[in-house]
Amino acid sequence: MDLVNALVALANFVLIPATAYGAQLALGALGVTLIYGILRFSNFAHGDTMALGTAFTILLTWGLQGLGISLGPLPTALLALPFAIALTGLVMLATDRSVYRFYRKKKAAPVILVIVSMGVMFVMNGITRFLIGVDEIRFADGERFLINARAFKEATGLEEGLALRSTQVLTVVTAVAVVALLFWFLNNTRTGKSMRAFSDNEDLALLSGINPERVVMYAWLIAGALATTAGVLYGLDKSFKAFTYFQLLLPIFASAIVGGLGSPLGAIAGGFLIAYSEVAFTYAFKKVLTYLLPDGMAPEGLVQLLSTDYKFAVSFAILIIVLLFKPTGLFKGKAV
Amino acid sequence: MRNIALFAAVGLLVAVEGFTGSWNTALGILNMGLISAILALGVNMQWGYAGLFNVGVVGFVALGGLAPVLISTPPVEGAMAAGGWRILLAMIVGIASIGLAIAINRRAAGRLRVLGILAVLIGGFFVYRAIFDPAVAAVEAINPAREGNLGGLGLPVLLAWPVGGLFAAAAAWVIGKTALGLRSDYLAIATLGIGEIIIAVMKNEDWLARGVKNVVNIPRPVPYEVELQADPGFVERAAGFGIDPVTASTVFVKLLYAGLFLAVLLALIWLSEKALNSPWGRMMRAIRDNEVAAEAMGKNVTARHLQIFILGSAVCGMAGAMIVTLDSQLTPGTYNPLRFTFLIWVMVIVGGSGNNWGAVLGGMLIWYLWIKVEPWGNALMDLVTSGMADGSALKAHLQASAAHMRLMTMGIVLLLVLRFAPRGLIPEK
Amino acid sequence: MSYLSAEAMTGGYGAADILHECTIGVDKGEIAVIVGPNGAGKSTAMKAVFGMLNLRKGRVTLGGDDITALSPQDRVAKGMAFVPQTNNVFPTMTVEENLEMGAFLRRDDIRRTMDQVYGLFPILKDKRRQNAGELSGGQRQQVAVGRALMTEPQLLMLDEPTAGVSPIVMDELFDRIIEVARTGISILMVEQNARQALEIADKGYVLVQGRNAYTDTGAALLADPEVRRTFLGG
Repeated sequence: MDLVNALVALANFVLIPATAYGAQLALGALGVTLIYGILRFSNFAHGDTMALGTAFTILLTWGLQGLGISLGPLPTALLALPFAIALTGLVMLATDRSVYRFYRKKKAAPVILVIVSMGVMFVMNGITRFLIGVDEIRFADGERFLINARAFKEATGLEEGLALRSTQVLTVVTAVAVVALLFWFLNNTRTGKSMRAFSDNEDLALLSGINPERVVMYAWLIAGALATTAGVLYGLDKSFKAFTYFQLLLPIFASAIVGGLGSPLGAIAGGFLIAYSEVAFTYAFKKVLTYLLPDGMAPEGLVQLLSTDYKFAVSFAILIIVLLFKPTGLFKGKAV
Repeated sequence: MRNIALFAAVGLLVAVEGFTGSWNTALGILNMGLISAILALGVNMQWGYAGLFNVGVVGFVALGGLAPVLISTPPVEGAMAAGGWRILLAMIVGIASIGLAIAINRRAAGRLRVLGILAVLIGGFFVYRAIFDPAVAAVEAINPAREGNLGGLGLPVLLAWPVGGLFAAAAAWVIGKTALGLRSDYLAIATLGIGEIIIAVMKNEDWLARGVKNVVNIPRPVPYEVELQADPGFVERAAGFGIDPVTASTVFVKLLYAGLFLAVLLALIWLSEKALNSPWGRMMRAIRDNEVAAEAMGKNVTARHLQIFILGSAVCGMAGAMIVTLDSQLTPGTYNPLRFTFLIWVMVIVGGSGNNWGAVLGGMLIWYLWIKVEPWGNALMDLVTSGMADGSALKAHLQASAAHMRLMTMGIVLLLVLRFAPRGLIPEK
Repeated sequence: MSYLSAEAMTGGYGAADILHECTIGVDKGEIAVIVGPNGAGKSTAMKAVFGMLNLRKGRVTLGGDDITALSPQDRVAKGMAFVPQTNNVFPTMTVEENLEMGAFLRRDDIRRTMDQVYGLFPILKDKRRQNAGELSGGQRQQVAVGRALMTEPQLLMLDEPTAGVSPIVMDELFDRIIEVARTGISILMVEQNARQALEIADKGYVLVQGRNAYTDTGAALLADPEVRRTFLGG
C-alpha cells in the first residue's frame, strides 16, 4: 500500500505537472528551433511573442465571456485561440516586413539579427504591457478538475490524493495534436518539404526554385501559432504575467539547444528533459521517501535537491553540460 | 566637432532639466547617467572590440552590487563563529569537487570517466549540503529582523568598487571558459542564464546579503546631508549663494558623487583608449573583423575573447558596486534584465559600437530618455485623452498604460538606429 | 550559333576580373567539358554561365534568347540545371524527397521523370527512403545529378561531379552522363580529371588564367601534343 501511495504522490507532484510543463516548453522550443532552422538566428523575442499571443487570447476570451459565449467544461480561451493565432500571425508578418526583411536582404550576420530581435522583444513587451498591463491574470474557466484529490482518496481508499487538472490534460492533448499536425505538414506537404529543404541547404533550395520569401513567411506564421498556443497553455495551467513569459526564454532556449537547434524532434525531447529535471530537482521527496522507507528511517529534512527559486539553474546546468560535451545537441542540430 | 556638439547637447538636456525642474533631479539623472556610461563602456569592450554578445549584464551588475555589502557594512556579531566558517568550508568542498570532476574529465577515459565524474559531483553535492544547510540556518537565526547575514568587513566603501569588479570578473571567467569558442548565439544564451541565476542567488541566499529583505544604510564615501545641514560653516556658505541649506546639502552630496563617478569614468576611458590603440587593441579588432584569418595567423582567438570578456564584465561589476553605493542600499528585487541588460545594449548600439566616446554618449543620452519618456508619455496620453469623457474606461486604460511606453520607445529607438545608422551616433574610427 | 552560347565573358567577384573574353558553347545533346590548371577560372566560367557572377562584358544566350540579365532562379525556369560541387543534396531529407524538391517548380506529374532517374541510377530506387546525408559520396553525387534532372532541363551543368569519388565510381558516373546526353540534354561540366573527361567530350575548352587557351573536340585536344604536354602530363 505504501508503494502505491508513494507512486501516487510522485505522479501527483512530479510526473503530471512536469508532463504538462514539458509539453508547454516543447511547443515554445519548436518555435525557436523553426525560426533558427529557416532564418538562422536565435529569436530573443519569442518569449514576448508568447506573451503577446496570450494577451490577444485573454482579451478575446473576455470579449466572448462578455457575450455570454462559453465552451461548457472547456476553457473559453480555447475558442479564442484560433483568432489570437491569426492576430499573432499578422503581427509576425508585419514585423518581418518592417524589420527582419531588410537584414535578410543585406545578408547580415546572425548576431546582428539576434540584436534586432532584442529590439523587437522590447517593442512587443511594450505592446503587451500596453494591452493588458503587468499584473498576474488567471483566465482559465470551465471545469477545474478531471480527477479531484478528495474524490480520488475516497474512491481508492489511499492516503494520498491524485489531482488531475483539466488544464493539464488539455495541455498534453493540444500539444500532441499540434505536434502531429506540424510534423504532418513538414513531412507531407509541398510547402512543408520546401521549408525542410530550405533549412537543410539554402543555396540548393534556391537552385531548385524554392521561393525564400514564401518559406520565411510560413516560418513566421507557424512560429507565431506555436508561440501563442504554448503561451495560452502555460497561462491556463498556471497564470499569465508578461515578465514570467520573458523568463521562460531561458528554459525554452535550453530545450531547443539541448535537443539540437533546428531539429523539431530535438526540441520536443529537450522540452521534456528540461521540464522533468526542473521539477524533479526542485521537488521535496520527503513524502515519497517516507512511504517507501521502513518506519523510523523516514528522512528528517525535505530531501529537496534545490529550492524552487533555483529552477532556472537546472535548465542552465543541463544547457552547460550539453554545450560542453555535445554542442550540436542530442538530435544533431545545425549549430556548433 | 560633431562629437563635442553631441556631448554638449546631452549636457544641455541635463541643464534644461536643472533650470526648468530641479537641480536635484538633474544631478540624479547625471549621476546614473555617468554610471550608465561606465556600464556601456564595459559592454562596448565586449561587443565593440571583440564582437561578444553578453546578455547577462544584469548578473554582473548585481554581483558587483554585493561588494559594498560585504566590504563596507559592519560585521554581524557572532555570524562567522555561528556558521560563517562552515559556509566557507562548504564552498571550498563544492569548488574542490567541481575541480576534481574536471581533473577526472581530463585524465580518465571511457566508462571510468563518466562514473567518476558523476560520483564526485553527486557525493560532493551531498557533503556540501550537509555542511552548508545547518551553517546557513545558524547564520540566518542571528537577529533575523535586522541582520541574519554574514555582514561585511567594515572597510571603506570605495574599496568595494574594485572588489565588485573582481566578483564579476570571477563569474565571467567561469562563463567564458564554458561558452566562448562556441557560436555567438550560445554565449548569449549562456550569459542570459547566468544573469538569471546570479539574481536568484542574491534574492534567496539571505545569509549572504539578506536577500529580498534588502540591506540598507550601506556606508557612504561622501558626507550625509544632515551632517552638512548641522555644519554652521556649510550653512553659511550656502546662504552666501542664496540657497537654503537643505537644497544646498542634497545638491552638494550629488555633486560629490558626480565627481567620483566622473573620475572613474575618465580613468576607464583613458585606459581603454590606450588599450584600444596598443598592439593588443589592434589585435582584438583584427580578430573581431576576421576570426578565421586571425586564427590562421596563430592568434589564440578564444583566449583573447576570454580576456576581453572578463575585463568588460569587471567594468560592469564595478558599475554595479557604484550603483549600490549611490543608493546606499542593496535591493536584489530591482535587478530587472530589461533595465540592466537590454537597456545597456540600446546605449551601446545607439552611441556607436566600437567607440568608447560613443558608448559614453549613448549611456548618458539613453539614460536621460529612459527617465524622461515616462513623464512625456503621461503628458502625451493626457493630450490624447483630453477630449474623452472623464471616467471612461478607455481613458483610464490609456493613462494607466502610459507608464509602459518607455520599453516600447527604447525598442523603437534601437530598431531605428540599427536600421538607419547602424554605426551609431559616434561611429568607430 | 550553339544552343548555349556564352560569348566573350569578362568579369569577376570583386574589382579584379577573373574571366577575360572567355567563350563557351554547347549544342543539343552534346557534352562540353571545361578543363585547365588550378585557378584557371573553370568553376568561375561555369558560374558566369549560370548567372552567379556579374559580367562586365559579354553575353549569354540559351536557344537564341539573351539570358545575360536573368537571375540563377530564372535560368532554372528557362531550362538550365546546376549541380554544385559540394553541398549538393538536402542531407536530412530522403532521396525521394530530394528528387521531389528538384521538381519543385513543376506542377505536372513528376512520376515519369522520377522513374527515368531511378532507371538511370537504380541504386537510388533501393535507397529512396534513406536520408541523402547517410549515403556514400558516389551515391550522393547521383542524388545531386538526379535532383537536377528532375527539372527536365535542356542544359545540365556539373561542377566537378567526380571530385572525391573512386575511379570505378567515376567511370560509372561518366557513363551515366553520356546516357543523359543521348536523351538530347546538353551537358556542360568542369572537370579535374581532364583526360577521362575529354575522352567523353564532344567539345573541350582549355582555360588558362580565365582565357580560352585551346578549343576543339575532345578527341582533337587529346591528340594535340601541346595540350598533352602542358595539361595532361605527357
